[in-house]
Amino acid sequence: MAAGTTRFCAGIVSTARHVSIELKMADYSNKLYQQLEQETGVQTGYMKTGSISLAQTQDRLISLKRIASSLNVMGIPCEIITPKQVAQLHPLINIHDLVGAMYVPEDALVSSANVSLALATAASRNGVQIHERTSVSHVLIQKGRVTGVETDRGKIQCQYFVNCAGQWAYELGHSGDEPVSIPLHACEHFYLLTHPLKEPLASSVPTIVDPDGRIYIRNWQGGILSGGFEKNPKPLFTEGRNQLEIQNLQEDWDHFEPLLSSLLRRMPDLEALQIMQLVNCPESFTPDMRCIMGESPTVRGYFVLAGMNSAGISYGGGAGKYLAEWMVNGYPSENVWPLDLKRFGTLQSSRTFLRHRVMEVMPLMCDLKVPRWDFQTGRQLRTSPLYDRLDAQGARWMEKHGFERVKYFVPPGKDLLDLDQSKTFYKPDWFDIVGSEVKCCKEAVCVIDMSSFTKFEISSTGDQALESLQYLFSNDLDVPVGHVVHTGMLNEKGGYENDCSIARLSKRSFFMISPTDQQVHCWAWLKNRLPNDSNLTMEDVTWKYTALNLIGPRAVDVLSELSYAPITPEHFPSLFCKEMSVGYANGIRVMSITHTGEPGFMLYIPIEYALHVYNEVMNMGQKYGIRNAGYYALRSLRIEKFFAFWGQDLDAFTTPMECGREFQVKLDKGMQFVGQEALLEQKQNGVYKRFTMFILEDHDTDMDLWPWWGEPIFRNGRYVGKTTSSAYSYTLERHVCLGFVHHFDEKTGEELVVTTDFINQGEYEIDIAGQRFQAKAKLYPFSSLFTQRRRKDEVELSGYQRE
Amino acid sequence: MCVCPGPRRIAIPVRSSRLPLLSDAMPAPAHLFPLIRSCEISRICSTACYCHHKHLCCFSSHFAHGHFRYAPQKRFAALYRPKENFNHFIHARDYASTPQRFYLTPPQVNSILKANEYSFKVPEFDGKNVSSVLGFDSNQLPANAPIEDRRSAATCLQTRGMLLGVFDGHAGCACAQAVSERLFYYIAVSLLPHETLLEIENAVESGRALLPILQWHKHPNDYFSKEASKLYFNSLRTYWQELIDLNSGETTDVKEALINAFKRLDNDISLEAQVGDPNSFLNYLVLRVAFSGATACVAHVDGVDLHVANTGDSRAMLGVQEEDGSWSAVNLSYDHNAQNEREVERVKTEHPKSEEKSLVKQDRLLGLLMPFRAFGDVKFKWSIELQKRVVESGPDQLNDNEYTKFIPPNYHTPPYLTAEPEVIHHKLRPQDKFLVLATDGLWETMHRQDVARIVGEYLTGVHHQQPIAVGGYKVTLGQMHGLLTERRARISSVFEDQNAATHLIRHAVGNNEFGTVDHERLSKMLSLPEELARMYRDDITIIVVQFNSHVIGACQNEEL
Repeated sequence: MAAGTTRFCAGIVSTARHVSIELKMADYSNKLYQQLEQETGVQTGYMKTGSISLAQTQDRLISLKRIASSLNVMGIPCEIITPKQVAQLHPLINIHDLVGAMYVPEDALVSSANVSLALATAASRNGVQIHERTSVSHVLIQKGRVTGVETDRGKIQCQYFVNCAGQWAYELGHSGDEPVSIPLHACEHFYLLTHPLKEPLASSVPTIVDPDGRIYIRNWQGGILSGGFEKNPKPLFTEGRNQLEIQNLQEDWDHFEPLLSSLLRRMPDLEALQIMQLVNCPESFTPDMRCIMGESPTVRGYFVLAGMNSAGISYGGGAGKYLAEWMVNGYPSENVWPLDLKRFGTLQSSRTFLRHRVMEVMPLMCDLKVPRWDFQTGRQLRTSPLYDRLDAQGARWMEKHGFERVKYFVPPGKDLLDLDQSKTFYKPDWFDIVGSEVKCCKEAVCVIDMSSFTKFEISSTGDQALESLQYLFSNDLDVPVGHVVHTGMLNEKGGYENDCSIARLSKRSFFMISPTDQQVHCWAWLKNRLPNDSNLTMEDVTWKYTALNLIGPRAVDVLSELSYAPITPEHFPSLFCKEMSVGYANGIRVMSITHTGEPGFMLYIPIEYALHVYNEVMNMGQKYGIRNAGYYALRSLRIEKFFAFWGQDLDAFTTPMECGREFQVKLDKGMQFVGQEALLEQKQNGVYKRFTMFILEDHDTDMDLWPWWGEPIFRNGRYVGKTTSSAYSYTLERHVCLGFVHHFDEKTGEELVVTTDFINQGEYEIDIAGQRFQAKAKLYPFSSLFTQRRRKDEVELSGYQRE
Repeated sequence: MCVCPGPRRIAIPVRSSRLPLLSDAMPAPAHLFPLIRSCEISRICSTACYCHHKHLCCFSSHFAHGHFRYAPQKRFAALYRPKENFNHFIHARDYASTPQRFYLTPPQVNSILKANEYSFKVPEFDGKNVSSVLGFDSNQLPANAPIEDRRSAATCLQTRGMLLGVFDGHAGCACAQAVSERLFYYIAVSLLPHETLLEIENAVESGRALLPILQWHKHPNDYFSKEASKLYFNSLRTYWQELIDLNSGETTDVKEALINAFKRLDNDISLEAQVGDPNSFLNYLVLRVAFSGATACVAHVDGVDLHVANTGDSRAMLGVQEEDGSWSAVNLSYDHNAQNEREVERVKTEHPKSEEKSLVKQDRLLGLLMPFRAFGDVKFKWSIELQKRVVESGPDQLNDNEYTKFIPPNYHTPPYLTAEPEVIHHKLRPQDKFLVLATDGLWETMHRQDVARIVGEYLTGVHHQQPIAVGGYKVTLGQMHGLLTERRARISSVFEDQNAATHLIRHAVGNNEFGTVDHERLSKMLSLPEELARMYRDDITIIVVQFNSHVIGACQNEEL
């Protein structure tokens, strides 16, 4: 037990995390470990030392300030301190190259092996059986459910199985009757142990994290323990575990040299300290630097908790809690989508992909986390047929679920900064480029390739499809053929599991469009809930269609020229879907939606026609000033129109009532649907949070830090919630942030109902890295600012991508 | 294209004008004189050539005009192998105080060394690389102008495996060029199964697209003759047609395939020259190919099976990493020259006892040729009548060429020379890290043990250095840091070269007596004027093939 990498773990419990769910997990773990010794009698070595994260650059300090803001509003003590204060807190540290630091006094050190032991002891007392030295050879699966495990000591029957095999989780996942893809890959990780100092370091000395130097330093039995995340990691076990046993890993001093230099620069007095050992303990990393938990999309009862990206001890307690809730209640108590196994599919399961990606991810642990960062490895996996055409026209790409999507088009002759130099918390270099794309969308017409969207077709021989979908979706889908409906796919609590557009193609078939990263989750959700009826079929047709979004007032003109079908608003009102010909190509699904609130059309084109249609559109569009645009323009457009996107703004804990989408819910559609009761209750009792739009008032776009997401919102000086997305609105010439406002009771902190008046009567501020900006709250978009006027029930309030 | 004394004449230095220039350039000439004097300086001054062709000495018109009896061998022996003297010369130079005028800067040196470098990485899906070859580095440093060495590398597309070879030409580069273009096709065809041969033949017959047989990995300077491709193709086609007719039904043995390919190509070279070609350019070309010569050292790597076929005195060497991390060399070829007793024995048994004394003189075949096996060189293969007939009916250029007319002395029972290779098969092991193929230009200057060490240390970069282990010793962080910094500095000097072959050439040319690269020496060697360079070094061609130990280990396990 705890004999894997847990035994070697550095044992630092740190709550300084960027992602809010990770922060919550670390906070829970810390509190859990603190009381563990008392509860179980097992010594855990828990020591509250605090931690200091150093900043060598101003950018790093901004990054730390952002974390500090999040920690503070969560009630975790934390302060930004000066280099001088750092020197007071730690006796050995060299502060001459520091610009500041973040001090988290509650962070702690533990002995990770003993924590495991304590947890195991507590579990045993509650009746848990632990079989040590027993290896699982095989997971037994029947009819898509876990039924047991085959071990070297015989079979064990079970209803639930949790794959916590750490870096072997990938292999174990593939050893069942049905493979479960768990994308993670191990890298070697080194840390140094020394003999005690002449004057042994006090056990209460804070842990130092020097991300610019890529190292961490904690006290260890009077000496130090120091490791880091080097720029050139050494991935291992690519071909599986049998190559090399974990115990045989060699120390590699030459590899450690940069980290050692960094350590001696930070603490020059350590020169004379004697080396004890250089420990090589592999850690597993995931493709997006976040851990993996949750139920397999293909096998029910098969849970996973792995890929801790070398923060296992910090996350362990909290992750265990959420997973336990998940298994017992069917869902965890927090939104864990950022960590959900279903954010990945089999497409991230290539060992080559993982090997390359983790080599990027591991150094990223210490790299500055700036907005809009894209992974550089494992790219060009899924592409649109237009990829080369767009690329040749200056497209810059980002990736979502393996799919390449255009950020923006760099005009010929214009150069942008190098990737590394372009990292900024301020105004980015593409500001004007995206501005002109937005302008074109507003005034003329733009084309955006949006092929990455997940597309399903659901059809049946009779009414099964309609009946099932009516049950699973909140809006009324019994609409005339050719209508498009925006609807949520809700869970029992009324929260959004998915937010999609569904076109009724015929009486018995539906075309469903969801966000790109819903491919696995939505499929699993529907598969598990659709009746097992051979007359009802669901097909993933994502790869079959190229999607072009024609945005802008002149889109209708372009399309009219390419087709003999009438496109005018009388014949083709908003939220309609027609199959028609465009150019020579027939069978193009044209929908009068744009996911932005702007006028225009989505063209769903069978991929073999993609190039033809694109060429025709571009040729014909010339006289209307057509140009290519990317997702950054789209994002600016949707945010200024107050469109929430699933995965960014919406999650399984957000209901339509909380984001002003009552009109997308038909409580009276004549039949029950999932989440109906919860929504009815909310309708009666009111909501506890409200999706709100904020316009930053005194924010200087050129000089001030830009909002990103996760910034705390203050109402009348009190914390009420966090932003979920933000963008610069080129129309308003202001930054727009979207976020949720809660109402906490001033005395008890209890959550109260949020009313429209509550929202409207507050003075708001948004905290960006410790600096507060005045913001104006709005519950509805500025309709007057926008030329296009529509009837209220036609207003399209949906959209699908995330940053 | 240097069939001497062909269009590009061999430099005949005139003492009065050349030597003073030399003394300007280097402090060397004083040490050169004894050497020249020993070769009857009076005659040399007027007639001797500075021999650019190492293997087969060149004949200036002087000899052809009745002075043949002055055993030219003697002169060759003296002029050839300048290396022994060279060492002497270098040492002496160290004490010379003459100002250095030719002094190339490090970037200039690098640009010369890197001009011909080429690297190929086997496309890999890392973690799952099916090839036992990671890739190769190759490079050439000319001493002759133009260079007479050639190199080739290709992947067999219809069978598995990779082919790599170095070719050292003599009496011009025509033969080496032809062999470098053609030999791999012959080998690949020899390896093909019957069905594939049939498929290819049918494709040619019906004018369909041909299956590609080889994927070449060429440096831009490695050219193929466009004019002769049709001719070469026809010969190759005849070969596979015969293979089809012969269909033995048995699977092809690599060793046999290599031997057959070598012999067949040499035979075709010989036949093409006898038959001639209506196109006068081609006609001249095939004759030049046949009358010049080339050695070949070719490796075929397929999984753990490594075959080296060698004809002549280029060499293949395996770099092996011992358990303690040190490097050792394993020869995978035998030189075919007078130093190889078995080879001398072979030649002797192939000819009547009466010729025993004249067969090998001054360590040369018939007193003329250094390698005992070679492609081309029909002067040592054809009967006197055939040589005369071909030369007489050949183009004027050939007739004017004294060399082609000259018949080797004691020429009684041809052929004296063969292109048949000796093939060595080696099963690769995980400790076999790389293979070096190089022409004798390298091996003259470096011992194979040094080659193994230098390449091994280069390829493994940091990791080759004995890994540091603290063990139970008392080491402080500061000491460790100092040690590591020093090690890194050492490594970074290695990484000046991105190519193992370049790195090796740097050592071969610039090594001082301590086994480290001396920039000054390197610079001087590279500043030698064209016509002098050949006296101090030979063309060097190197291919370094790096193996994938993981794949080899995995293959081995499968076989067990």
